[in-house]
Amino acid sequence: MESFAQNPSQLHAQSHLQALEDESIFIMREVAAEFERPCLLFSGGKDSIVMLRLAEKAFRPGKFPFPLMHIDTGHNFPEVIAFRDYRAAQLGERLIVRSVEDSIKAGRIVERPGQDNSRNRMQIPTLLDGIAEFRFDAVFGGARRDEEKARAKERIYSFRDSHGQWDPKNQRPELWNLYNGRIHKGEHIRVFPISNWTELDIWQYIATEQLEIPSIYYAHRRPIVIRNGLVLPISDLLPALPDETVEERTVRFRTVGDATCTACVESPAATPWQVIEETAVTRITERGATRVDDKVSEASMEDRKRAGYF
Amino acid sequence: MDLLRFSTAGSVDDGKSTLIGRLLFDSKGVFEDQLEAAERSTVNRSAGPIDLSLLTDGLRAEREQGITIDVAYRYFATPKRKFIIADTPGHEQYTRNMATGASTADLAIILIDARYGALVQSRRHTIIASLLRIPQIVIAVNKMDLVGFSQARFDEIQRDFKPFVDQMGFTGVQWIPLSALSGDNVVTPSAVAPWYTGPSLLEHLETVEIAPIDVRDDFRFPVQFVIRPNLNFRGFAGLLAAGTLKVGDEVLALPAGTRSKVKQIHTHDADLAVVSAPRCVTVLLEDEIDVSRGDMLVHPQRMPWVKRDFDARLVWMDATPLDVTRPYLIKHTTRTVRVKIAQLLYRIDTNTLEHVPATTQQLNEISRVRISAAQALYLDSYDANRTTGSFILIDPLTNATVAAGMVVADQPGEDQGVATLSRIDRAAREAHNGHRAQAILLAGTSRDAQSQFAHALETRLFHRGAQVLVLDSESAKGDVAVLTATVRLLLGAGLVALIDLPLDKRAERDALRRSLGADDVVEMLIEAPEFTANSDFQRPVLADCTIGLRRGGLDAATAQAVTWLADHGLFGTHRVVSPGAGI
Ligand SMILES: Nc1nc2c(ncn2[C@@H]2O[C@H](COP(=O)(O)OP(=O)(O)OP(=O)(O)O)[C@@H](O)[C@H]2O)c(=O)[nH]1
Ligand SMILES: [Mg+2]
Repeated sequence: MESFAQNPSQLHAQSHLQALEDESIFIMREVAAEFERPCLLFSGGKDSIVMLRLAEKAFRPGKFPFPLMHIDTGHNFPEVIAFRDYRAAQLGERLIVRSVEDSIKAGRIVERPGQDNSRNRMQIPTLLDGIAEFRFDAVFGGARRDEEKARAKERIYSFRDSHGQWDPKNQRPELWNLYNGRIHKGEHIRVFPISNWTELDIWQYIATEQLEIPSIYYAHRRPIVIRNGLVLPISDLLPALPDETVEERTVRFRTVGDATCTACVESPAATPWQVIEETAVTRITERGATRVDDKVSEASMEDRKRAGYF
Repeated sequence: MDLLRFSTAGSVDDGKSTLIGRLLFDSKGVFEDQLEAAERSTVNRSAGPIDLSLLTDGLRAEREQGITIDVAYRYFATPKRKFIIADTPGHEQYTRNMATGASTADLAIILIDARYGALVQSRRHTIIASLLRIPQIVIAVNKMDLVGFSQARFDEIQRDFKPFVDQMGFTGVQWIPLSALSGDNVVTPSAVAPWYTGPSLLEHLETVEIAPIDVRDDFRFPVQFVIRPNLNFRGFAGLLAAGTLKVGDEVLALPAGTRSKVKQIHTHDADLAVVSAPRCVTVLLEDEIDVSRGDMLVHPQRMPWVKRDFDARLVWMDATPLDVTRPYLIKHTTRTVRVKIAQLLYRIDTNTLEHVPATTQQLNEISRVRISAAQALYLDSYDANRTTGSFILIDPLTNATVAAGMVVADQPGEDQGVATLSRIDRAAREAHNGHRAQAILLAGTSRDAQSQFAHALETRLFHRGAQVLVLDSESAKGDVAVLTATVRLLLGAGLVALIDLPLDKRAERDALRRSLGADDVVEMLIEAPEFTANSDFQRPVLADCTIGLRRGGLDAATAQAVTWLADHGLFGTHRVVSPGAGI
């Protein structure tokens, strides 16, 4: 694998980041021009933070031609929620929050305690309700194709039927950069402008653009347990089991998803450059190291996406 | 670090996904958990410990059926390069997904199963790769382990398929014998095939030159989005598709035709004094001229074609066939307008490359059509510019993407020459004459033999009832435009034009081919060794047929030529086939 220099000016010269950035900006502008009511899903995570920078590059000095939306699972890391609000305010852009808790209270979602404890699947109805409420016809997501094998198959413009479902066996051809955004009423398109970015690209971009990200992406001390080989952060949402010993370790997060099922990794990396060095040599994917729920079956991501997940 | 995008192609089960898996595995581009998942998987169709195709075949249906259905994108890097891989399906039903993956590729790896050699689908994918003008290809003869790494078998496959590949106009073609299963010649050179001395696949991918794809660099800026936050800022945002733009440059806005000067080239990071394609920028002009999405900024001296009617090649990608009576939408750069397919000129037989008359076009078929758009489009040929030469067609009822199109270089009625006022069209004349209008480019290894042959062939065709004329190309004094305009006039009159061109006039040959349309031109090589003092002549690659001419053998040679022409439809309804530029 590659090794990366720590000198920022050398990274600026990396033409592949420029190519990726241009591709993403082009996609965002295309959506803004062709859809009536787009929105951008912003979670406060690193990929969606990169998306906001790309949106600035695409639309400044204008305002974003779409609002931001967060589907709050209620299982978030507090640092991430704080960052979400801080960043939206800093940009002066509108942030819509719809929460899974509200959907549960309204009886739109029934919790199944003991079964699928994660809110990855449970947020689907809230997301679809949010899309319907604002009649969004295009929804930007920060998913990347290197994350997961079903995502590796998905188009940049991912057509969703009136139930929000993805049909992986019948995707529209997508040649060159000619995206077909035509839909009927009630249907929408999920758009993934950073499809072709890898985790390493994201970190290089964070470094070269000097993007602020939530502190938990960098090394910090935290109580953890080791479960099934994963380093789990212990909190009210994720208590230790009776036979587990809680230890304090220096860790960082590679993703900041659902706090009940997102693992961290042991790491001393305290700067983006140190994270880049680790990322360049890691032997485990972002999801493999951090997502408890994806291991459930060979096709859990595909199944969620078919049901309307992004 | 530079970025190479490549895609796989080839027939179903040739081992494309396994090869990508092997490439990633041996170059340490696979993560442990991905490998574990493949190991844990309940399916393994391979003869090895892990089924490496599972690293890309990520959909449930793909695992169940053991085939690739849609493109998988994978990313890896070596110290030399960063790679974006599109692993595409081989199954005929999913050809459109192959085209999706190939459309952005700099290089395509075309796999061939060493046991079976090139199959119909190998040819189809090779044609599509050529249509998409992928500059570099690798022909990977895979599963060499199953033929004992036999050089004879490799040579045989190469002999069989090379003539076809060589007609496709790729910039570079690398043949590699390999085994995705054992890894021979994938990342590391093979010890069991010492007779192969070329690079391994990875070595080739790391070092192959990524040539700029677009040959012409005329400035093209399709306006994508107007940024107007306040009265002082009115910027036209878009992707600079070709060429270079400087502050102060004069630009012309299409369709308005108004001119202005570039005041500012804005990006969020900094204003630029000069920018070259491909970059996303926001252009501000000196004057308040009317420009909106779908318009194009160009240099006034370097205009694209502004056309409503144009010819293109079309790959059909929908289960419902083309219906020439229905309207479609074309998406071309940032412009979407209604079109009709005014004429389906012919379909290309992907096995023989023959141009077949057609009334409709089915899924995966390739054709040449004449399109008529409701509004003008700003076009270049796909050869000159991938962005302004490409488009998709959308069905306005189902919203499906039904076709991918490439604007051809030889547009009808492009160059100068005297126009005719005739009301009798070429087809009527051809019917009346009982033969096709046809340009025949003669190329002889001896000038003398060639001109004798030209006159003899003219006579023989004339006696056969053909309206035929020999043109002395030298009287055009090197003016290609005059030559092509004259030939076009003769073809319009339904004649057979015999063009007596010296063998080394490559530029004239290419120009005639380009501007007349592939099916109008056929190249005939007159091989006359007895007439030639030195025998090391340069054989034209694109000769469609070769006629041997011995001393005193003019009769036999012209008879052979007429038979060949007749066999290829000169006197029938089929056009004479010219494989070279034929697709
Ligand atoms: N013996 C041998 N078998 C191979 C080799 N490469 C692939 N195979 C086998 O050939 C079969 C098809 O391989 P895939 O990689 O799925 O083929 P593919 O070209 O991706 O197929 P599609 O994507 O469906 O068109 C599998 O059983 C592989 O294990 C090879 O080099 N040698
Ligand atoms: Mg495959």
